[in-house]
Amino acid sequence: MRLKVENLHYSYGESDALKGVSFFVNEGEFVGLIGPNGSGKSTALKNIYRGLRPDKGSIEIDGENLLTMSYKNSALKMAVVGQENDVPFDFMVEEIVAMGRTPHKKLFDLDDEHDKEIVHHALEHLGMESMAKKNYLHLSGGEKQRVIIARAIAQESDFYILDEPTNHLDISYQLQIFDFIKRLNVTVLSAIHDLNMAALYCDRLYVLKKGEIVLSGSPEEVLTEENIYNVYGVNSSVTKNALTGKVSISFLPAGVNK
Amino acid sequence: MLGIVIILIILAIITMIVATGLGPVSVSPLDTAKILLSKFPGCNGIFEQTWTKVESNIVLGLRIPRVCLGMVVGASLAVCGVTMQALVRNNLADPFILGVSNGAAAFATLGILFGTFSFLGSYSLPISAFIGSAITIVFVYMISRVRGRINITQLLLSGVAISMIMGGVTQIIKLSAPNALGLHNAEFWMSGSLAGAKWAYLKLPLIVLVICMIFLQIHYRGLNILLLGEETAGALGINVKRLQKELVLIASLMAGVTISVSGTIGFVGLMVPHFTRLLVGGDHRKVLPISALLGGILVVWVDVAARMIIAPEELPVGILTAVIGGPIFIYMLKKQTKEK
Repeated sequence: MRLKVENLHYSYGESDALKGVSFFVNEGEFVGLIGPNGSGKSTALKNIYRGLRPDKGSIEIDGENLLTMSYKNSALKMAVVGQENDVPFDFMVEEIVAMGRTPHKKLFDLDDEHDKEIVHHALEHLGMESMAKKNYLHLSGGEKQRVIIARAIAQESDFYILDEPTNHLDISYQLQIFDFIKRLNVTVLSAIHDLNMAALYCDRLYVLKKGEIVLSGSPEEVLTEENIYNVYGVNSSVTKNALTGKVSISFLPAGVNK
Repeated sequence: MLGIVIILIILAIITMIVATGLGPVSVSPLDTAKILLSKFPGCNGIFEQTWTKVESNIVLGLRIPRVCLGMVVGASLAVCGVTMQALVRNNLADPFILGVSNGAAAFATLGILFGTFSFLGSYSLPISAFIGSAITIVFVYMISRVRGRINITQLLLSGVAISMIMGGVTQIIKLSAPNALGLHNAEFWMSGSLAGAKWAYLKLPLIVLVICMIFLQIHYRGLNILLLGEETAGALGINVKRLQKELVLIASLMAGVTISVSGTIGFVGLMVPHFTRLLVGGDHRKVLPISALLGGILVVWVDVAARMIIAPEELPVGILTAVIGGPIFIYMLKKQTKEK
């Protein structure tokens, strides 16, 4: 088991964002966290990638206690691709990717040939090598997200945490980003907004609602018309797509009855 | 990068020699260089003495300490700006704009008035200035943090407010205890000056600058990654909380110590990092040393202008940096709002 989260509590001031969340991720799995806005998906991930510190509960990664681990060691174990990747100053694409090398470097180390090679390979893998010297701020949203994935690759971890990585992206980029990550053959824990994307790529799903896990299982088990109505309050029609073999969800507007 | 650094070092040396000669009494750069070189061990007497005793006294006693102080103060202010900008993730941060300079000045004058830190001897002034800048930075930082992010409007406005409060405190002290200010008058704290520089003023700011530069240069990756945001920085192996505390300490040290010897010289920490980034991009490995060199060169030249423009009277150098830096600040503010 790569990641084991037990009884995770977190609150922003007065309001409880997570009320005792427990879940796990096995080696090689692609696990999705789904749920309505404000259900705590992002908060749960931030607690795991150490952007926030849990109020209560335990998080183990590869059997070690994450909360007492050095930041450097946890960064060697997992890489993060978030939804917002603003940088206030001008950086070249390759400089952003090279930041992924940080946990591998000691205090006085400069980037050597080995690091440069890794950065180059990471960019090549995402078809971005021609953009290495470009200004990161001038890229499109989809290109930026590919650079951030390249940074995660340069980090050389085999456990990825994705926080709605395809938010605000065109559908072609959404598919492209998930395809890239799927091809890396890594263990993934991802918050996903789009239920069809979750059905296409995830092995297992957890459904969060108001800071609690209300459902879990394979996409086929979780994404039923009844469950979707209970969690999101919308009517839908769920069918199995003949080509993908995965469930496909069509949402039904008011007035369309089954 | 190495090329730019070498060019800037050469420029800095030329600047120091030429600037030393410039002033109400001018000494030619050649004579200046000879006067300086003749003071090096083993060089005494190898040059024919083409200069007068007065010129030699002006160069060695007045100008060279002043130019050296200008270099150190400029470099410190620029690097302090870089540090604060990494801390708040915005290029509009500067010790003057965020009220840190005025905070340092207010505490320094308070320290002089009440003798709070007098047991620290000659270091009581810089230490009280350091405490003032640290308190101001922490205060402004806390006010402008909204939901874990720095809100730039809050940041600038709280900077203005704190700056005014601290300026008011300095004024009250000036008016209520006119003789208590010792070395410096209130004018000095409000507008900054390098006049009256002595070798003795140079030691502490130089030591602080060197130590802070070494620390920052070692942690350049951390500074870069901090720009990505606090949450992402943790995921890339940086202990964000610790680094932020260290940066607050570094910025306060540099601002406080600098201000205790030169008063408030504004906008250097804003202008210099901005132009440095236009030159070499945002990577702190390059931004730090180049900002330091550019900052030193800039302040030395502005100081030359300050003593030349209305000679034999002198303008406070802080007034000139404000006149140049203010419009640049407005330009950067406009540009930033447009990009949003």
